[in-house]
Amino acid sequence: MKLKSLIAAASIAALSAGMAYADAHGGKVKVGMITTLSGGGAGLGIDVRDGFLLAAKGNENLELVIEDDQRKPDIAVQLADKMIQSEKVDVMTGIIWSNLAMAVVPAVTAQGKFYLSPNAGPSALAGKGCSPLYFNVAWQNDAFYEAGGTWASENGIEKVFLMAPNYPAGTDGMTGFKSTFKGDVVGEIYTKLGQTDYAAEIAQIRASDADTVYFFLPGGMGISFMKQYAGSGVDKKVMGPAFSFDQGILAAIGDAALGVKNTSHWSKDLDNDANVKFVADFQAEYGRLPSLYAAQGYDTALLLESAMGKADVKDAAAFQAALEEADFASVRGDFAFAPNHHPIQDIYMREVVKEGDVVTNKVIGVAASDHQDVYGADCKM
Amino acid sequence: MSLILLIEQVLNGLQFGVMLFLMAAGLTLIFGVMGLINLAHGSLYMVGAFAAAAVAGWTGSFILALIGALAAAAAAGALVELLVIRRLYDRDHLDQVLATFALILIFSEGTRWLFGSFPLFLDVPAALAGPVMLPGGILYPLYRLVIIGVGLLVAAGLFLLIAKTRIGVRIRAGEADREMIAALGVDISKLYTIVFALGAALAGLAGALVGAIQSVQVGMGEPVLILAFVVIVIGGIGSIKGALVGSLLVGLTDTLGGVLLPPLFESFMQASSANSVGSAVASMSIYILMVGVLLFKPSGLFGGN
Repeated sequence: MKLKSLIAAASIAALSAGMAYADAHGGKVKVGMITTLSGGGAGLGIDVRDGFLLAAKGNENLELVIEDDQRKPDIAVQLADKMIQSEKVDVMTGIIWSNLAMAVVPAVTAQGKFYLSPNAGPSALAGKGCSPLYFNVAWQNDAFYEAGGTWASENGIEKVFLMAPNYPAGTDGMTGFKSTFKGDVVGEIYTKLGQTDYAAEIAQIRASDADTVYFFLPGGMGISFMKQYAGSGVDKKVMGPAFSFDQGILAAIGDAALGVKNTSHWSKDLDNDANVKFVADFQAEYGRLPSLYAAQGYDTALLLESAMGKADVKDAAAFQAALEEADFASVRGDFAFAPNHHPIQDIYMREVVKEGDVVTNKVIGVAASDHQDVYGADCKM
Repeated sequence: MSLILLIEQVLNGLQFGVMLFLMAAGLTLIFGVMGLINLAHGSLYMVGAFAAAAVAGWTGSFILALIGALAAAAAAGALVELLVIRRLYDRDHLDQVLATFALILIFSEGTRWLFGSFPLFLDVPAALAGPVMLPGGILYPLYRLVIIGVGLLVAAGLFLLIAKTRIGVRIRAGEADREMIAALGVDISKLYTIVFALGAALAGLAGALVGAIQSVQVGMGEPVLILAFVVIVIGGIGSIKGALVGSLLVGLTDTLGGVLLPPLFESFMQASSANSVGSAVASMSIYILMVGVLLFKPSGLFGGN
């Protein structure tokens, strides 16, 4: 008897707590952001967070919980469970790395929560593993490479030397480049992930008859490679996806990066009103130039706010439809979602230049217009 | 593969080995003299690189940056010894590993707090930038040659210090029997602080030298630390000579393995799978070397007992 009444009391308490919660939530959206804020890749997560905060500034209907995943899949999974179960978030975002996204995103959407990816775009989530609740605001992983291959073929590059770390994102990227590149691949090296010395590889590049080096080495690996390449006296052209030449990294590479061509969906000099405002606001707020990660974080918040203006997040179907419209002024210019909830957008070719004392990127052309990933055909939702 | 390319790769291996020696020498001294496993040695490498980048940023001078790196790493080493390590000598290795692992985390987050999360800029000085032509038509980066030179000089200096000077005699005596030299009136705790600061300064020098051609970022020391442990296991724990031979062996094996193995596998496999299998075996090559050495010499090449 005593036990029964205790259970009854507890359930009433739980029920009323739930109701109070629903009340407090009318029209508001609670966002859980799990991103990398410590360790080697922290710069990326910090930029996504700062871009998001900048766009969401002053929006009282948007409540944000931020946690650091330390770039570890197990920690990201724990944090996601905590956010969904005890923080009761409606929408999640923030993850930088594909392996973490694969660990977290399917579980989030399976529990009926929206996920807006500000960076990682693994092919599995664009194809068979797509979900009505999952939206990628950045890119599918292959986009920059496919556009790079197209641009290289159209701009007289005949013989390339490919280099990437020996892990899925590295080999996938090179496969993406080869799928659209029409010239010869004269050499291909897959290095250890986290390698810091590239003397041996540079010697092989020197010995090859390639006219261009195309590489993907994210973070510190790219910094090391570019500094060593500049000191080696090899004068072959250098190309890559934007990840190795983004604003956070360029300061550390310095003049060694000048002249490098890289593909990106965004650049700080893209001439549209949203971007001009974003670049100015970001510099005023944080005192540094924004990176592409910051642009993605900013767009993610704009997308979310556009959907919040049209539908209540509790009405999942309406909110999904509102997100699909992508009715916001992206800093990238034209932006739309394909049926698999991945972007249709232009991919630009940028060149690293010096503006005064600052090493930065400048758009020199469009590498692929209205680019869309190839995995959408496998997506059934 | 042409001979020129091979010679260039041997030079690369030497340069890598010499850099490892600067790390491993300090590690093996500290382990040999004090019996301490210092996982935080990689953090001192990072301190050196960050100090060099900061000083170079303020003054624009690479020489001052190197001096700053040596001073900062030695000071950090001495401070850590006085505050933390001193309490660990009588503990077992597990306690030492735990405490020095904690130091890694403290150093990493402390560095991020001071310098931020983005990698710092540190470049090769203009006088040493660019390649030079070696006899035989080999184009090789001058700065890497300088690293080889500096490393060999430091190795020679270290041998002289250990073999010819009073402090060297005390270090060797400390390795052999620490109770006895304490009984003979040598201030053992001061000796320990000096050895620790010396090892830290060498790690800091390595960090600063390598920072100019790599990325100066938080956590840069840990991959090098693992290799340095492999080196001292191969060379024999506590032996400077072992550290030198071990470093060069590991440097050459790692570099040449990465270059020669993929083509070797290509001679009897399909090109695409040979490439990935070859790269995979190449990354294992130093550990295979370590197993091979330990099979025949269980205490390392120059291990005493």
